[in-house]
Amino acid sequence: MGLQPYLILAACLFAIGLFGVLTRRNAIGILLGIELMLNAVNINLVAFARYAADPAGLIFTLFTISITVAEVALGLAIVILIFRVRLTVEADHLDLLKG
Amino acid sequence: MINAGTLALAALGLPFGSFVLLAVIPPLRRAGRAAGALSIAATGGSLLASLILWRGLPGQPVELQWSWLPAESGPMASVGVLVDPLAAKMLVLVALVSFLVQLYSLGYLEQETAPALGRYFAYHSLFAFSMIGLVLASNFLQMFIFWELVGLCSYLLIGFWYDKPEAARAAVKAFWVTKAGDLGFIIGIVLLWGQAGTFNFIELFAMASGKTLPAAGLGLIMFLIYLGAVGKSAQFPLHVWLPDAMEGPTPVSALIHAATMVAAGVYLVSRVYPLFLLTPDVLALIAWVGAFTALLAATLGLVQADIKRVLAYSTVSQLGYMMAALGAGAAAAGFFHLLTHGLFKALLFLGAGAVIHAVGTNDIWQMGRLGRAMPQTAIVFLVGTLALAGIWPLAGFFSKDAVLAGVWEGGLTVPFLMLAVTVFLTAFYMFRVVFVVFFGSGHAEGHPHDAPLVMTVPLWILAILTVGAGIRLAVGGDEGAHSPGWVPWLSSALAVAGIAGAWLTYQRGTVSADALVRAFRPLYFAAVKKFWLDDLYGAIYRGVFLGVSWGVGWVDRYLVDGVVNLASAWTLRWGDRLRQIQTGRAQDYLYGVALGLLLVIVWSYWR
Repeated sequence: MGLQPYLILAACLFAIGLFGVLTRRNAIGILLGIELMLNAVNINLVAFARYAADPAGLIFTLFTISITVAEVALGLAIVILIFRVRLTVEADHLDLLKG
Repeated sequence: MINAGTLALAALGLPFGSFVLLAVIPPLRRAGRAAGALSIAATGGSLLASLILWRGLPGQPVELQWSWLPAESGPMASVGVLVDPLAAKMLVLVALVSFLVQLYSLGYLEQETAPALGRYFAYHSLFAFSMIGLVLASNFLQMFIFWELVGLCSYLLIGFWYDKPEAARAAVKAFWVTKAGDLGFIIGIVLLWGQAGTFNFIELFAMASGKTLPAAGLGLIMFLIYLGAVGKSAQFPLHVWLPDAMEGPTPVSALIHAATMVAAGVYLVSRVYPLFLLTPDVLALIAWVGAFTALLAATLGLVQADIKRVLAYSTVSQLGYMMAALGAGAAAAGFFHLLTHGLFKALLFLGAGAVIHAVGTNDIWQMGRLGRAMPQTAIVFLVGTLALAGIWPLAGFFSKDAVLAGVWEGGLTVPFLMLAVTVFLTAFYMFRVVFVVFFGSGHAEGHPHDAPLVMTVPLWILAILTVGAGIRLAVGGDEGAHSPGWVPWLSSALAVAGIAGAWLTYQRGTVSADALVRAFRPLYFAAVKKFWLDDLYGAIYRGVFLGVSWGVGWVDRYLVDGVVNLASAWTLRWGDRLRQIQTGRAQDYLYGVALGLLLVIVWSYWR
């Protein structure tokens, strides 16, 4: 199997993740979308590593996975803190930056 | 024999040293009389140097030069001193009158506080330095600098009593009116430099005599330079500042506004006379304006009640004589009248100062019979008046005849007639003052008496010089010897007629002054109103300058400020609208990012 199906899969996954981030109103849903996008990147990395027979891509993927875990932990913590303060996690209501 | 250049530099440097000392050592300045002593000593040294210089003057002009303003093709200008007979005579006059006036001021201003007196003498030192620098200047640029410095000193000294509003106003008026002329002067100098490439007098004279000076536009240049003299020497129509300048202390009027600074314009024209000779049209203009000024000022002098203002108008009138002589081609006669006038007009002013000092007023109608109370002052004032009227054998007789003869021989009949009428008027208004103040029936307040010695000594020195110079001329009589024989008789007859007229009117009362006023009612009215010149200038100021200022103010307020306000209002409004796109929702920003990403991708495909 060539490289292209993997890249198409990753692109679809990335697009689904982006769609989720842009359309979900719930902060947790947005975090899930971000996870999807990151995993699309991981698929790309692995596919390229395999295609070029270079193990560096695999190692990068391991890094990305572990950093993603940390990011999710932080993101969920922030969402919980926001819920405690504002009693909501609806992204539409979190507009403190409004000009 | 000391070198002439060294002497000239000493005459220039001593007052400057005194001024610097007084300026930088406040305790010395605040000491008052000590400051005066220093200034008088410095000016005395200057006088000594100029006398030695004058007596031992070499035949050739002495010039010292230092280059200044370096440029690629040699220095653009130089500083230096130029001593020739003209400068030496003027130098002696300036140093002499400065010295005597400063001495006199010690007595006249004894009531002043010590700091004020120190300030006064510091200004006087600066003036002596500037005036001597003007006289010794070897080029136009240096002359202009000193020209402005004497103008500054004049301003400072007219406004010496600056807490008096009239004095402050008069100082500003003198400054501005003379500045109007100086504007022409500097433009003329720069244009002349553009034509000739040098400021130096000697080089310019060489070019003038060698006919290498470009003639194009020279008439305009010399006219502009003459404008400077019009302002400084109070020629019509810029004479209006001089009578007002009488608000200053009387010794200042004697020094600056009678003997020296106002004569600077005449000196300027004499100094660069070879250049004026190339432009006969300008010379004719100078003669006409001079004669007209003489006549106009004489009529104004007739109606003044303030003794100093009478003298001021008489100064304007005599300056007109000098200018008329210069314009008619009799440069020597004009300069000669400058010298004699400097002596006797300083004498008259100092005499008037003694009277004012004793009586405490300037109004001649509040004086009277002072001849008995202050005989010394009366005698010296009479000497000065006779000299001014042009009575034989006083100095004024000879110089005035030389001027009249020069104007007649210059073929200027109408100016000659104006000047002849002025002889009569001069005698009349001066003896009006003499009779009213010293012999009249009025009565002065208090117990006036002669001034202290420090004031009378300068008066006597000037009186003796006026008489002595006249007698020496009567015996030697080389100046004006070539005049037509009838001119002295005519001028003497006119002067005597003037004196007799004043005697009949103001002493005997045979002719009523009121009847004279009625006979010449329109002229009298116009003269009292100063021929509406001050009003005219006021109207021009209000109409033109305030009008322009109002217009400029309107443009600034509504056009310039309007554009700025419009820009700021639009910025505010558009900022307010643009603010709306900041929703504060993170997802909207992400839309932006995604859109940007899409655009980048599309663009990279289509590139």
